[in-house]
Amino acid sequence: MLTAPIIVIASFAYVGLLFAIAYYGDKRADEGRSIIANPYIYALSLAVYCTAWTFYGSVGRAATSGIGFLPIYLGPTLMAALWWYVMLKIIRISKQNRITSIADFIASRYGKSQMVGGLVTIIAVIGIIPYIALQLKAISNTFLIVLDYPEVAMPHKQSAPLFLGDNTFYIAMLLAAFAILFGTRHLDATERHEGLVAAIAFESLVKLLAFIAVGLFVTFWMYDGFGDIFHRAQEVAQLTPLLTEGGNYATWASLTFLSMAAIMFLPRQWQVTVVENVDERHLNTAIWLFPLYLLAINVFVLPIAFGGLLHFPSGSVDADTFVLTLPISEQAPWLALFAFIGGLSAATGMVIVETIALSTMVCNDLVMPVLLRMKGLRLTARRDLSGLLLGIRRGAIVLILVLGYLYFGLAGEAYALVSIGLISFSLVAQFAPAIIGGIFWKGGTRTGTVYGLAAGFLVWLYTLLLPSFAKSGWLPINFLSQGMFGVDLLKPQQLFGLEGLDDITHCLFWSMLANIGCYVAVSLAKGPSAAEHGQATVFVDALRQSGATAGPRLWRGSASVNDLLALLGRFLGPERAREAFESYARDRGARAIESLAADASLVHHVESLLAGAIGSASARVMVASVVEEEPLGLDEVMNIIDEASQVLAYSRQLEQKSRELEAATNELRGANQRLQELDRLKDDFISTVTHELRTPLTSIRAFSEILNDNPRLEDGQRAKFLSIIIKESERLTRLINQVLDLAKIESGNAEWHTSDIDLREVIEDSVTAVSQLFKDGNIALTVQLPRQTPQIVADRDRLMQVMLNLLSNAAKFCERPDGKVTASLERQGDFLRVDVTDNGIGISPADQAVIFDKFRQAGDTLTQKPKGSGLGLAISRQIIDHFGGRLWVESQPGAGSKFSFTLPVKAGSELQQGFGT
Amino acid sequence: MIRPSIKGQRLVALFLMGFLLLNYPLLNLFAGSGHVLGIPVLYAYVFAVWALLIGLMALVIEKRED
Repeated sequence: MLTAPIIVIASFAYVGLLFAIAYYGDKRADEGRSIIANPYIYALSLAVYCTAWTFYGSVGRAATSGIGFLPIYLGPTLMAALWWYVMLKIIRISKQNRITSIADFIASRYGKSQMVGGLVTIIAVIGIIPYIALQLKAISNTFLIVLDYPEVAMPHKQSAPLFLGDNTFYIAMLLAAFAILFGTRHLDATERHEGLVAAIAFESLVKLLAFIAVGLFVTFWMYDGFGDIFHRAQEVAQLTPLLTEGGNYATWASLTFLSMAAIMFLPRQWQVTVVENVDERHLNTAIWLFPLYLLAINVFVLPIAFGGLLHFPSGSVDADTFVLTLPISEQAPWLALFAFIGGLSAATGMVIVETIALSTMVCNDLVMPVLLRMKGLRLTARRDLSGLLLGIRRGAIVLILVLGYLYFGLAGEAYALVSIGLISFSLVAQFAPAIIGGIFWKGGTRTGTVYGLAAGFLVWLYTLLLPSFAKSGWLPINFLSQGMFGVDLLKPQQLFGLEGLDDITHCLFWSMLANIGCYVAVSLAKGPSAAEHGQATVFVDALRQSGATAGPRLWRGSASVNDLLALLGRFLGPERAREAFESYARDRGARAIESLAADASLVHHVESLLAGAIGSASARVMVASVVEEEPLGLDEVMNIIDEASQVLAYSRQLEQKSRELEAATNELRGANQRLQELDRLKDDFISTVTHELRTPLTSIRAFSEILNDNPRLEDGQRAKFLSIIIKESERLTRLINQVLDLAKIESGNAEWHTSDIDLREVIEDSVTAVSQLFKDGNIALTVQLPRQTPQIVADRDRLMQVMLNLLSNAAKFCERPDGKVTASLERQGDFLRVDVTDNGIGISPADQAVIFDKFRQAGDTLTQKPKGSGLGLAISRQIIDHFGGRLWVESQPGAGSKFSFTLPVKAGSELQQGFGT
Repeated sequence: MIRPSIKGQRLVALFLMGFLLLNYPLLNLFAGSGHVLGIPVLYAYVFAVWALLIGLMALVIEKRED
């Protein structure tokens, strides 16, 4: 009933279902309604970790080592707890720099080196192709087993010719078609494949359900639960150690470590965990959900293993096939078919994702760098390279599957294939120092990585791969027992005499020693270059900086927007390139592509877009071809890093300087204003003086001309005119004297005849001098003097001048019948104060402010005849100032004025007794 | 995305705990012929620790920090 056509149809129907799911996933993604954008699908897709090796091999391993199969799944569980720091950082770095493969990641970290990328790719391909062969073998073997239903028979080595005569070849090509269809549909800068992920998640579900179905069938149908199986097993003597012993603990620890590395650095794990990650928050759920999946798929491994061992006691059935052979032997055809489909899904999922991940690496880090370097191909001049890129990837997928198929065909039943799972893990672990060191340690260098990887790879080759070849009979077996060239210390599995470890642990120890040792020692010996230092900062500080600041600072050069657009168009296709530029322009707030500036940020953006398509190392080369980049020395990088603190210091200095400058400017402005004021005053002074001089001159000239022109003028008239001329001449003389006087005082050239004087005398004398003036004006003048005053030091004549000026002014503005002027003297502390008070017309507040200025008089000088030169008060104030006193006025218009001045008392002077002494 | 570092530290502590519990020498304490509910004590121990570890990780991750 389980005939070949049914099995083939079921297999193809299953693969067809995968196609449908992938197609639907891609369609939804194109519509913007992703079906994989949730943490559960993400966690399920991570379960691509469980291959046919898990599905069939775990039981086989448990049948020989008991619980020793488990570290392969405990390691990922432990590692998941560290993902919070490690994987999050890797995902973020990869998204920021559009890194799409593990080779690209390492190459990008170490100065975007093509050599590192190429080396990682070669190592990965060497390690993974046998692993793919293992999956093909599982499909092929289980197909043959299920075909023999209801007999349980172990398949013999294929006698059919390879390729066309072998159905495994068709399976391989079908998987290649799937990978090409959903893995290389178009070039995308992010390299995400939603349909593929959906299909992989579905496969994870199928293999889990299939395995649990078989587990339940064995445990509860064939036996009476867990206790029953273990109880029966205990009664078989040779099974007892499997139940009670943990096995070799060194092996246990090294397998744990290997699987911790594998869950991160297997290319397929990298693809689903890092590249296909939609949202880094999904990682949170996956941290516990993915280990839970591993736990679920492993619960029934031991019951199936012991069930099989008890059921087929003779050893006629390979324990690796128990999952399939137990249902067959119990005549459960549909369960057997389901188990076969489960194994198929585990194998196909791994093959598809692994080939896509490897094809990206081969294309971006191996083929493209070589092609771009071959100047003869003139690739850099071609307009659209996206077709070529896709072609290379599709070719790489087919090639990898063909190589895997060939390895499967040639190795067949050899030991080299059986143990290849752990051999692959051991090789992949060689990436751990470069990656973990790269994201946490800035000191790792390109050279150190190359030496570390190469050393680890060579040790792996010598201690693990070549011995497996020897065991398969491809190398002389005495290579194992006697060492290379017969040197005992070089025995590949007891290198330098190290014994007591199993081959995996032995290889792990020596390869990690060589790898880490070289990586650290060589890195420390030379130190990073400028470019390496820049990338190291971007990687190590990835969680600290936001995406926008990563990278573009460390670049100087010039480019044109059109060149960059054309470059991107060559690899992504012109339309996609234009779309990318337009969205970049929108983000930047620019209206059109043409208005973009080809600055460091744009160049970095283009480089990261290109990196998604052709890898970071090639992207750097391509961008450099259109950008005139100035080389960045280490010193300059350090300078850029120091820049922030320097800028801060400079800005503080600048601020200080600008404050000082502002203060100086204010002073200068003030000085300038004073100068302008003085200049204006000088101009005013000259024009006023000229005006004041012209008035008397004009009248003198006019009357002189009258006298000259009219010789017969009456005597009375003539005498009157002459007296006017004399009076005006006197006025002129007085004016000139006063101007000279003022000029002298102001310039400091005046002669001062200082002596000790009694101010009372000065006032008495002044009053006497002006008494006639007051009598003429009929103005009462009162003098109030204290009986005694201290002496002052001053120029007596000058003080007389001040007093006369004040008194005559008072008389001038007080010409009315009840005019009254008072002059008084009193002591105020260390000063003597003189007040001259009148009850005249008073001075308006506005005039009070200006009457002490030169040529300024109260009232309107245009309409009223001036009553003086306008210099009297100005001179008086200068005199009082000179002797350390103060002259001021208090007045109310219509209520009279009070002019006051103070003069300091002579220090230590005796009071002058009496009057007139 | 706010990532309180206390969660990360708890997870690292769980890693260390798991690494210790699931390796020599603690593992060796359970290598014997006893049974728990009919299951060999070594198997029971390893799977129990594994399940506990996953449970604690889920608790740490999904616990809301207010």
